[in-house]
Amino acid sequence: MLKILLARLATAIPSIVGVVVVTFMLTRLLPGDPAAYFAGLSASPQAIAEVRAKLGLDKSLPEQFVAYIGDLLSGNLGNSLSTGQPVVTEIATRLPASAELTLFALILAVGIAIPLGVLAAVKQGTWIDHLCRIVTTAGVSLPVFFTGLLFAYLFYYVLQWAPAPSGRLDVFLSPPPHVTGFYLIDSLLAGDFEAFRGALGQLALPAISMAIFSLAPLARMTRGSMLSVLGSDFIRTARASGLAPRTVIFSYAFRNAVLPVITTLGMVFSFLLGANVLIETVFAWPGIGLYAVNALITSDYAPVQGFVLTMAVLYVALNLVIDLLYGLVDPRVRLES
Amino acid sequence: MLSLLRHARYVMSENPVTGLAFALFAVFLLAAILGPLIAPYDPLQSNAAMALKPPSAAHWFGTDQLGRDIFSRVLVATRLDLTIAFASVVLAFLLGALSGVAAGYFGGWTDRVVGRLADTIMAFPLFVLAMGIVAALGNKVINIVIATAIINFPLYARVARAEANVRREAGFVEAARLSGNGEARVVLGHVLPNIMPIMMVQMSLTMGYAILNAAGLSFIGLGVRPPDAEWGIMVAEGANFIQSGEWWIALFPGATLMLAVFCFNLLGDGLRDIIDPRKRT
Repeated sequence: MLKILLARLATAIPSIVGVVVVTFMLTRLLPGDPAAYFAGLSASPQAIAEVRAKLGLDKSLPEQFVAYIGDLLSGNLGNSLSTGQPVVTEIATRLPASAELTLFALILAVGIAIPLGVLAAVKQGTWIDHLCRIVTTAGVSLPVFFTGLLFAYLFYYVLQWAPAPSGRLDVFLSPPPHVTGFYLIDSLLAGDFEAFRGALGQLALPAISMAIFSLAPLARMTRGSMLSVLGSDFIRTARASGLAPRTVIFSYAFRNAVLPVITTLGMVFSFLLGANVLIETVFAWPGIGLYAVNALITSDYAPVQGFVLTMAVLYVALNLVIDLLYGLVDPRVRLES
Repeated sequence: MLSLLRHARYVMSENPVTGLAFALFAVFLLAAILGPLIAPYDPLQSNAAMALKPPSAAHWFGTDQLGRDIFSRVLVATRLDLTIAFASVVLAFLLGALSGVAAGYFGGWTDRVVGRLADTIMAFPLFVLAMGIVAALGNKVINIVIATAIINFPLYARVARAEANVRREAGFVEAARLSGNGEARVVLGHVLPNIMPIMMVQMSLTMGYAILNAAGLSFIGLGVRPPDAEWGIMVAEGANFIQSGEWWIALFPGATLMLAVFCFNLLGDGLRDIIDPRKRT
């Protein structure tokens, strides 16, 4: 098992190298002179030259690349111009907010998409199949920032079911003591049900908007994969042997059909991490997406670069987890390696 | 050609939604071409006396915080949005199809370089990479086009590679080679035209995603700048008024954007059914 784990880890190395090279290139592509940017608007040529030397921009590209790797290894992503804080700590404090939102949205998306896809395949051609088709086509067409706004208007302004779209917790409630950084879990650990309800209320709309956007590939793949498995010989045999339809569908068909669904999770995460930025902007969610957007507006590049790198590393790690999960679910993959 | 048309008619009659998508596409195309000519008001003309008025007979979609007519702005924005999406799709096609066909046809190191490049791009969450690219290249519309093309590149390169690889040993390719054509001529004159239908399907399938991506980037303040009319930025402007109940500022540009993406997604599916019936779902 350990050998397999190491082999899988090794497959992530080229991706990480690619990600680091690309983010390095992005830091060198800054419009105009990066040193002039980091020195500030009213800097003298001498000050700019000093900044250039300090940032190492006067060295050759390979030397700069080595320095960049060194910085990354020591966890230095530079400082934010507007707050003066190290980007690493600012991202680290905001990451739980984004992670809670994204994971909650993922759970929602999987929880809706997989039953929908299975039902659509089992009852092919019925209303639930049509519903599945409508949801998947509409889901990918909805601009996630627009759905978010629409929900905020409907459920906050018109119906007043949801709290104001402003952050993770109402200002009158105090956040639970920090354990995991996830308000839902922390508030339960602290036994603070009021904070739990508040956090859940704030989380619902942004998470639902993200889930709707990202469930389409999952539902579509579940349906397609279930259909092809249901049409195969071993299902016919299982049915002919007189097994209950429930056993055939869940123990025989679904377990085989779930494999391609797991591979689409990678795409779903790509969708979710991108949508995360837009949704955090709409709901003033204090995560890393909003942090990056605010930095973009003020042309503060270090946080943006740190954000892109963090997201990419997270994404590579998530893909690795999906890969491992695949091996766990499918014994054949384990045997091959 | 005739059989293709007959097949197209068959697909249309089987799936009336595709016909609807084609009609909608025609409307968007007309709006893009004629937009500025038929807009009832100047999309940039502000009018403080008419600020934040809900939809009425004079202003079908209402007016925004500066009193500008939202209907005119949505109409005029069609051209910019479709141009950005179309330009990025064409650029992605040029980069992706050429390198993908070369990779599939020649194999070897060309294949490895193109494959590695595509893998590296796919290692990023795509919208985040697009953000990073626009931030690095500078906050201009052309850079939105470039960023959207780059994140779509792997899709094109992979499809083109797979299709070219299958045709490498095909009879018509062998014949072209044997009659003394150079490799470049075989690739560009024989293999590439042969995979064009599939690439066209790919283009229409990614068009909706390109619109969505470009609008998302301008929603967070990248690329298009106010006061220019563009759907994403108009939704962003309307977002500030949602909490006070002025829904029309964000709703109409957002709904139009949604309709456009929906139209292109349906169109892509329909076109695929016509050209590549094996992939029908």
